[in-house]
Amino acid sequence: MKQKRWGVFFILFAVISLVLAGCGDDDDDGGDTTTTEAGGDSGDNGDSGSSGDLKVGMVFDVGGKGDKSFNDSAFKGLTEAAEEFDVEVRELEPDAEGSNREALMRQLADEGYGLIIGVGFAFAEVMPAIVADYPDTEFAIVDSVVEADNVASLVFAEHEGSFLVGAIAAQKSEAGHIGFVGGVETQLIQKFEAGFVAGAKAVNPDIVVDVKYITPDGDFSGFADPARGKTVAAGLYAGGADIVYHAAGQSGNGVIEAAVEADALVIGVDSNQYLSASPEAQPHILTSMLKRVDVAVFNTIEAWVNGEFTAGTSLFSLENDGVGFATDGDLIVDVDAINELRDQIVAGEIEVPTEP
Amino acid sequence: MKKNWKLQAAAPILALVGAAVIAGIILAATGNDPGDVLQVIVDDGFETRRVVDTLNRAAPYYIAGVAVAIGFKMTLFNIGVEGQYRLAALVAAWAGASVNLPAPLHVLFILMVAVITGAAWAAIPGLLRATRGVHEVISSIMLNSIALGLGAFLLHRWFRAPAGEYPGAVGTEVLPTPGRLPLLNGLVEKLGVDLPPGTRLQSYIFIALIIGVAYHLVISRTRFGFDLRASGSNPEAAEASGVDPKRMVVVTMVLSGAVAGLIGLNNVMSNVGDQARYTDVSVVGGLGFTGIAIALLGRNHPVGIALGALLWAFMDALQTPLSSAQLPKQITAILQGVAVLSVVIAYEVVRRIEQRQQASSLRRDSEPPPASEVAPA
Repeated sequence: MKQKRWGVFFILFAVISLVLAGCGDDDDDGGDTTTTEAGGDSGDNGDSGSSGDLKVGMVFDVGGKGDKSFNDSAFKGLTEAAEEFDVEVRELEPDAEGSNREALMRQLADEGYGLIIGVGFAFAEVMPAIVADYPDTEFAIVDSVVEADNVASLVFAEHEGSFLVGAIAAQKSEAGHIGFVGGVETQLIQKFEAGFVAGAKAVNPDIVVDVKYITPDGDFSGFADPARGKTVAAGLYAGGADIVYHAAGQSGNGVIEAAVEADALVIGVDSNQYLSASPEAQPHILTSMLKRVDVAVFNTIEAWVNGEFTAGTSLFSLENDGVGFATDGDLIVDVDAINELRDQIVAGEIEVPTEP
Repeated sequence: MKKNWKLQAAAPILALVGAAVIAGIILAATGNDPGDVLQVIVDDGFETRRVVDTLNRAAPYYIAGVAVAIGFKMTLFNIGVEGQYRLAALVAAWAGASVNLPAPLHVLFILMVAVITGAAWAAIPGLLRATRGVHEVISSIMLNSIALGLGAFLLHRWFRAPAGEYPGAVGTEVLPTPGRLPLLNGLVEKLGVDLPPGTRLQSYIFIALIIGVAYHLVISRTRFGFDLRASGSNPEAAEASGVDPKRMVVVTMVLSGAVAGLIGLNNVMSNVGDQARYTDVSVVGGLGFTGIAIALLGRNHPVGIALGALLWAFMDALQTPLSSAQLPKQITAILQGVAVLSVVIAYEVVRRIEQRQQASSLRRDSEPPPASEVAPA
């Protein structure tokens, strides 16, 4: 009897310590929410639609924050805007199943946030219903288009940036064999693939490009699974590719790990992943396709603060430096040639495909 | 023989108090003020918006709890509810968007497709168990992965709306209006409750209610329900009394899967505009596993499951105001987990106390020469 009772206590203790360990991990990621208040009272320098302080809210998608890629880029834009302007910002993240995206947005709107930004295409699903209920609040969505009088849609020419990193990879590859890892086989990620393959073939028409997606369309776990990202990338390296480009969100961290283990090169995505990589991973990062979500977010907040918020679609491309590539690490063979390609795309001399 | 009702009622209350205390200790240990969390619960938890959110979430949780409980009643562990409902929701949403029927028929058609898909998928582990002795936990958990993959394949290959037709996630076509369930907003407003903009009280709760009543009637009022409970508590005795155990396994799994098929459709059938379709956003994952916890919380009892589902939904709805108040929303997940553990432990303790009481009362009764030793003349 006694022994059994101690067993129960032991199990309880184990469960509690597990739970506590879980909490600790979350704290290391920087917690959930932060409020940054820059300065005191703001002037009347905006048409926030709500009186008083200027408040900007941001809602990420599931598992978004801390991906060192797409979402963190959006967060960077928000933080910079909070430092630059007299605005209060808050960012939220939905629960693990993503069942309260809409509730969080409405919560921010109810609390008088004047500009609310949804990060990720999944918000296009819930935003049409929300924005109609809050005509005096401005909204923005990254990576998709919502047509309404109070929504700014921020979309990117990912295929153009991917074209350039494809060219960089083709220049660098000794094996004449490179790879691509997509998180989920959606139309959006296929844009990355199409540009990358076209760019590589523009430099070396004989190059072999292996393309792998972690999950098919409809199963979004492929963006948040570093372990599977690593397995898939390791397969590409073992198959002969010496450079792999990933467009896989958080799973990309696994791709970078695989590059370190295979002693090969990897191309980052969205953020400049050289800067967030560990010192032992840095020599393996050839470049990153920069998708300047931070710039798009920052500009949107700036325009809103200045009372110049405009609804409608804004395209961020090579032309306005909305996409580009990173040169940290000095591993690129011929930067001038790449810049030349860039100019040709901007001038319309090269047409980059958006579908593979 | 008689159950001690005081003990039975004390168990869940003690369990929840215990869970709250443990959660408070965890909050304090991680540098948060438990009082702040309590403040949010009191201030924000019972706002109209949260109450509607709680009710909307409770309906699928309840159905999931019943689906799992049907298996539990005969010690079958249908861990495959997750795959059953996700596949069923996809197929039903697609089928519903592909036909045009008058309103009540259309709704019925969608629900029937969901029931059949869920039942068919659950029949696989049932048949494997009955004919090949494969344990249903192993096969149904494997089938969860297969269901996800198959769902993604079906969606991508045949079921999806043409690219670019709707913004946002990939999904099926939108359900035509006759296939949608009415909202209860009008009814509630007639009762004098003002709903804030954008709150939608779904009528799916009535489907949950019907399932609950049916579950109660089948389990406690039918021959099948009796056989089910008998097979669960004493399979040898049940078999001796003429129950075919293999048939029972298959039928139970099929029933469990049929109910599971209905879990995921609440948003698809109640959403407005372009949201009334199957996407990763309208049909969220994880409800099948939540159902296991809720069946445990509710002790497989139709009313108990309802209380468990409401409690679980309430805590989920709290995540929004908690994140907004910069408090760790994970505390609700911890509370949910600790609540399940506490309930399981509390009832085990109660069971042992009752066993001891029964044993001692039996001993007391048999103090005079035991009846069995009195040989017939």
